[in-house]
Amino acid sequence: MMMTAQTGVRAPVSARGHQRVPVPEGVRSEHRFAALLCAPAVLVITVVAAYPIGYAIYLSFQRFDLRFSEQRSFVGLANYGAVLTSHYWWQALTVTLIITVVSVAIELVIGLALALAMNRTLVGRGLVRTVVLIPYSIITVVAAFSWQFAWTPNKGYLAALLPAGVAPLTDQVSAVAVIILAEVWKTTPFMALLLLAGLALVPDELLRAAQIDGAGPWKRLTTVILPLMKPAILVALLFRTLDAFRIFDSIYILTQGSNGTGSVSMLGYDNLFIVFNLGIGSTISVLIFMVVAIVAFVFVKLFGVAAPGAEADERRQR
Amino acid sequence: MHCGEASGWRVVAAAVGLLLVAATLTGCGSGDSGRVVLHSYSPVDGADQYAAAAAACSRASGGRYTIQMRTGRRSTDDQRLQLARRLVANDSDLDIMLLDVIWTAEFAQAGWILPYPADLARHVEQETLQGPYETGTYQGRLYAAPLNTNTQLLWYRTDLVPNPPRTWDEMIQMAEDLAARGLPHYIEVQGAQFEGLTVWFNTLVTTAGGSILSENGEVEVAHGDAARRAMEVMARVATSPAADPSLSVAKETDARLAMEAGLAAFQVNYPAVHASVNTPGPDGGGGTFIDPLGRPTIQDTGRRVRDVFGWTAYPSVMSGKPATVTVGGLNLGVSTTSQHPAEAFEAVQCLRNRENQLRNAIDAGMPPTLRELYDDPAFQREYPAWQAIRDSLAAASVRPKTPAYQNVSIVISDLLNPPAEINPDTMLGQLTDGIAEAVKSEGLVP
Repeated sequence: MMMTAQTGVRAPVSARGHQRVPVPEGVRSEHRFAALLCAPAVLVITVVAAYPIGYAIYLSFQRFDLRFSEQRSFVGLANYGAVLTSHYWWQALTVTLIITVVSVAIELVIGLALALAMNRTLVGRGLVRTVVLIPYSIITVVAAFSWQFAWTPNKGYLAALLPAGVAPLTDQVSAVAVIILAEVWKTTPFMALLLLAGLALVPDELLRAAQIDGAGPWKRLTTVILPLMKPAILVALLFRTLDAFRIFDSIYILTQGSNGTGSVSMLGYDNLFIVFNLGIGSTISVLIFMVVAIVAFVFVKLFGVAAPGAEADERRQR
Repeated sequence: MHCGEASGWRVVAAAVGLLLVAATLTGCGSGDSGRVVLHSYSPVDGADQYAAAAAACSRASGGRYTIQMRTGRRSTDDQRLQLARRLVANDSDLDIMLLDVIWTAEFAQAGWILPYPADLARHVEQETLQGPYETGTYQGRLYAAPLNTNTQLLWYRTDLVPNPPRTWDEMIQMAEDLAARGLPHYIEVQGAQFEGLTVWFNTLVTTAGGSILSENGEVEVAHGDAARRAMEVMARVATSPAADPSLSVAKETDARLAMEAGLAAFQVNYPAVHASVNTPGPDGGGGTFIDPLGRPTIQDTGRRVRDVFGWTAYPSVMSGKPATVTVGGLNLGVSTTSQHPAEAFEAVQCLRNRENQLRNAIDAGMPPTLRELYDDPAFQREYPAWQAIRDSLAAASVRPKTPAYQNVSIVISDLLNPPAEINPDTMLGQLTDGIAEAVKSEGLVP
């Protein structure tokens, strides 16, 4: 089914390339009108998104430190060399990737369980969904402060559960674990909501048919529900991966990057806003942007995540 | 339809016009009566006192200027970022700045603050304590006049420690003895990865006779054995049972809270802890009850932490030579974007006059910078720790003077955190290389 849909999309494109099918005048003016309607949105996006990105790229080729502004000059790729040969960058990238992969994986499992539970809830469905969403509605900084308090020895209720003298926020491994826990606690509801929307794609009659054919709950989950939910799962994973990769506020409050827990966003912030080195800081931002773009590309091209609205297009062309 | 369009445009035009008018009104530097309005941003701590000083000076100016003191950010880094943003954007509504001592070289080098006129600079030098005065100078010129100063003392529990230690070694020994007896024993010091850790290191290095940078900004940290001795002290504190388990994330506030909760025997901290510990309940800092042995208890024993709270000079690295404690505090600078520098320099002198420094000291606990105040019996009565503070300031050391101080500080605090993992043998070379790169603000900071 997937295959036919794809060839259905490709066929007219290649045909147009070879033969130049004449486009009727009515369609052309319709296109012009559509472009005109899009223009304001495109303009706004250019101003608020494309310009800053372009300016960051421009700055990333310069030696530009606010305190030594007389030294401002173009240095080619020197900033990229400095960042990519610095162990600070690689350490931050490793920590960020670990946080991203582990937290998104845990969120997916718990989020799926929550979504299945919410889907089945018969009584108080609205209440259950609201309760599940509470962590997501709490401001990240506030949540991070409460985690910090909870894990501080002699003060927090969670630290009190640990042997005396253990301070989990003071060691790299345990601090990263605390950061991941804070992330998971906070964003699992978001994951659950996205997956719940995906569960709506699974028709009840299909599940009942599978049940009659003798499929147990696990079999139904792995062979019916998950394959049908795949588009929703991939979209949820993409959103959360991109989000988790830019993690900043939790770490900023919990450890300030102490003990090797800084993320790439922390590194960029410190270089931009603490030492005012616009060149290096912009380079880090551009590199973060590139990593995010690669992740999005991999998701879209390799796993075939559909862009919003793409399905509607396919259906129309079929 | 045509008519509707036209009226729509008229509304837009009117709105734009209103916005423009509003912008001109609020952006105007002078008030209605020709009075110059001087804009300033104070930190949150002590904001009430700074506002009171601004009001008093506005009244005393005889109608020439009004100082509008706005409250800025709580954290030093955020405050600096806010000022820098305004300066880079050429904000002409920024005249007087309250500058942390560590920003002088940076703001001067960036061309953000004006040097003081020579005669005014001489006057400031005469009436100000030497250590604090030094913090306001860069390349031989005064860029920021000291408003208040800050220096760390050793605060300790008089019931647990009858004779306060004079050196770090003595203090660690005492704390370990207390730990062995099961009594409160923590040594509280700033071990988190932040500027406070650099201050700890700078104090120890200068006390041991060394320096991080020379007067000309050359890296000197590896000269002699001062840096090695400093690192040995830090590692010893951190690995001894005397250390708070949270040492590697501990800042000044954590030290104060641990002491007020009755858990610590020692803390190295600023004089504001004295005001805090004596704040009456229920938020009162030193209200924790202690049992006859000195342990914190929830029972009303009639004895509280604040009753056994003493202070003495900062511990030294070697006996017989007092510690050279790193000076802190706030200085007053005049922005290069100011349109009224003459009035601003005049207002600065008022803001740091005797009356305003006295209020700042008594109400906010910030040590003054005027020499004469320390000899004033009225001040001495109101400010019990004055003698220890003056002695500490007399021997004070200044932080490395470089526009790239933030870079240097970040490199140092990154390398020396966590303090328990300091290895003097391998880290001296890393420190030297890292600081040399940081001074030029090249490469990344962690």
